[in-house]
Amino acid sequence: MEKVHAVEFKGITKRFGSNVANDNINLYLDKGVIMSLLGENGSGKTTLMNMLAGIYFPDEGEILIDGKPVAITSPKDAFDNKIGMIHQHFKLVDIFTATENIVLGLKDEKYDLKAATARVREICDRYGFDIDLNKKIYEMSVSEKQTVEIVKVLYRGADILILDEPTAVLTPQEIEKLFFVLRAMRQDGKAIILITHKLNEVLSVSDVVAVLRKGQHIATVRTAETDEQKLTEMMVGHAVKLDIDRLDPKDVKPRLSIKDLTCKDKEGVVKLDHASFVANGGEILGIAGIAGSGQKELLEAIAGLRKVDEGSILYTPDDAPAAELVGKTPMEIKEAGVALAFVPEDRLGMGLVGGMGMTENMMLRSWNKGKGIFVDRKAPEELAEKVYDFLEVVTPSIDYPVRKLSGGNVQKVLVGREIASEPSVLMSAYAVRGLDINTSYVIYNLMSAQKAKGVAVIFVGEDLDVLLELCDRILVLCGGKVSGVVDARTTSKDELGLLMTKVGGKEEN
Amino acid sequence: MDFNLIGLIKAAVLNGTPLLFGTSGEILTQKSGNMNLGVEGLMYMGGAFGLAAAFIYGNAAGENANGAVAVLLALLAAFAAGVIGSLIFSFLTITLRANQNVTGLALTIFGTGVGQFVGELMRLKVGGNVSISNSLKDAFANPIFSEKIQSIPVVGPVLFSYNFFVYIGFAMAVAMAVILNKTRIGLQLRAVGESPATADAAGINVTRYKYIATVLGGGISAVGGMVYTMTIAGSVWSHNGLSGEGWVAVALVIFCLWKPVNALWGSVLFGALLILYLRLPLAFIPTQIYKVVPYIVTAIVLIMVSMRQRREDQPPAALGLAYFREER
Ligand SMILES: Nc1ncnc2c1ncn2[C@@H]1O[C@H](COP(=O)(O)OP(=O)(O)O)[C@@H](O)[C@H]1O
Ligand SMILES: [Mg+2]
Repeated sequence: MEKVHAVEFKGITKRFGSNVANDNINLYLDKGVIMSLLGENGSGKTTLMNMLAGIYFPDEGEILIDGKPVAITSPKDAFDNKIGMIHQHFKLVDIFTATENIVLGLKDEKYDLKAATARVREICDRYGFDIDLNKKIYEMSVSEKQTVEIVKVLYRGADILILDEPTAVLTPQEIEKLFFVLRAMRQDGKAIILITHKLNEVLSVSDVVAVLRKGQHIATVRTAETDEQKLTEMMVGHAVKLDIDRLDPKDVKPRLSIKDLTCKDKEGVVKLDHASFVANGGEILGIAGIAGSGQKELLEAIAGLRKVDEGSILYTPDDAPAAELVGKTPMEIKEAGVALAFVPEDRLGMGLVGGMGMTENMMLRSWNKGKGIFVDRKAPEELAEKVYDFLEVVTPSIDYPVRKLSGGNVQKVLVGREIASEPSVLMSAYAVRGLDINTSYVIYNLMSAQKAKGVAVIFVGEDLDVLLELCDRILVLCGGKVSGVVDARTTSKDELGLLMTKVGGKEEN
Repeated sequence: MDFNLIGLIKAAVLNGTPLLFGTSGEILTQKSGNMNLGVEGLMYMGGAFGLAAAFIYGNAAGENANGAVAVLLALLAAFAAGVIGSLIFSFLTITLRANQNVTGLALTIFGTGVGQFVGELMRLKVGGNVSISNSLKDAFANPIFSEKIQSIPVVGPVLFSYNFFVYIGFAMAVAMAVILNKTRIGLQLRAVGESPATADAAGINVTRYKYIATVLGGGISAVGGMVYTMTIAGSVWSHNGLSGEGWVAVALVIFCLWKPVNALWGSVLFGALLILYLRLPLAFIPTQIYKVVPYIVTAIVLIMVSMRQRREDQPPAALGLAYFREER
């Protein structure tokens, strides 16, 4: 007799219009196993999982749970089959408390939030979650929200858990905690599917790896029998080089001189505290720091998007005298050649209009350049084509609404557009967050190419290995202060880690 | 005219009651994420069909007409008219995912037209004013408490001097507040209006909730039109009698920050604002200025709320958006 699997996909195909998102997928997963689902952006991972979760229904093929064919036509059917999914974009009601979100939609128990809170508490204790169940979602950090999602799925008694890029927005410590929980759940005999782009995570936590490419299932391999290089090649379909070409800086000259820059938030809390440094043309300045140490505030202040409470930002372009940026409007700063490719948690929230295609989104950046009353469509169209070719954006056409693209592809459009504006200062934050490894390297090399052209590149990153390989100098922020600026070629991860936790890397005060 | 506070309060409550129904119904609708701008049309239909039901019953029963039966029939007819109107709206916006604003405005035009048509038709049939017998009128508009209770100083006139609809209106709004905030059904309905994708993923039937809330809400709003016609307008049809009520009710939804509890006092306040030009006329202020006051007050509240940025005071996050599971 054939072995019975916890989940089995048989010949699953899903199309969106003419776009084949999943093409005849055959795949299975057993209890007590953590499987990583790997694939480039747009390769159909989320789509495949959504069919298990009842969000989409397959066009062809069948899904077997515990060996029995099931029709999962709604999220409710998914629960009934003990399937729970934690979506890439959280599905939580912002103005509800954690408990209200967790019990939402359940019918078989009496409606009593107090009793429910107690039961939820039990689950939290069992897996070691530390969370205030009466807190409203909108007051929570990303990691707290994710905890709520996980508890929600566990509370419903799910045996099959799907996590769609859960680590993309977490700090390394939070990721460790999450993996601890996943291992505990594996111990409990649950079947777990984890989507992630970070190969080191894949290798550390999963038992097997399934690889998708362009909607097709390429292979499923044991984690112990593979490595980063092999996985990447399976994903991309050809040999790839996972190196960053770091050229020695040429023509280094000061581009941005920042002095005593101080910003406060609405409540008057100091977010950036007398930061002083210089960003040079022809150099990549990396910015490291624990999440929320002032990275966002720094970039926003330079781009004119945030009020500066104190200090100055002196900008020296090649062909004009030095100018003070503080007090200028974001538009003026952009015109002067300072570009911000900010990739926030919500990619569509910042800088892209979801309902528009690539061309029109390119136009958002250039509409005010045209003469006369009609907008110029030609240039943005060419630009869209260029970004499409160069970054290999997966989209049926450049006029397809970007909202419908997979997350990573949306990001490519955003970053591509900013680079294409030929800035003399290029700032990017978390530019590769959520991007597959191949595309990440495309982006790194783009940054290097910009540097070779004499651009001052400011790169806020999370992955210290990448910062060490890509940047020329690294500035470390700690609690809004500049903790130190180090040479990327000679420093070490340990030194960076120390600077990140203590200003100056020494005992505080 | 000398100014009389108790008189003003009484008049405010009476004039606020049609608004209380109109607004509560629309709050229920909007809590499901549906923005039905057809309240004006629904109230028109409710007014016309409510009056028609009482009128036809009164004619048929003649001398034996029973007030309670007439009230019940008018209630049912108005409610049914609202249900049908909002069912059309629901089908277009929920099932066919048509634009809610456009559909709502169309419903206002449609409902106003239907209401006026029914009203005029009756007027032609009787060849004069459409009206019902005095005893039936009393059943609608007279206070339900005895003279003795009403004559308690202050408390009597302020609390016990109203017709039947005032009390069921209050009871309905309180019940709605309890259901929305204290029950599972309320939690699920609010989830649908805040984030249908979340509700859907939690196994809630989004379509069913939207339909039921919108249709019930439409029925309740339409009852408001009937209450206006049968109490304030004296059970007489007048062509433009109801005009503007529905829009004030929509403004009041915003003023109340989508909370039925606030509608309890908000409707009284707006009721007062609606009649202030009669009760407190100031020669140098034209009536038209008085009439825009409710809208100005609403605008001020909106500004204050957006300045305070309290999440709980915001409209349902998915208000006005159609939901389709496979859309992203
Ligand atoms: N709801 C949808 N409507 C239209 N196209 C979609 C939809 N969901 C996914 N797609 C398309 O299907 C493909 C696979 O997307 P997705 O599963 O999100 O990729 P991944 O999660 O692997 O990055 C992409 O080309 C994407 O544009
Ligand atoms: Mg995805």
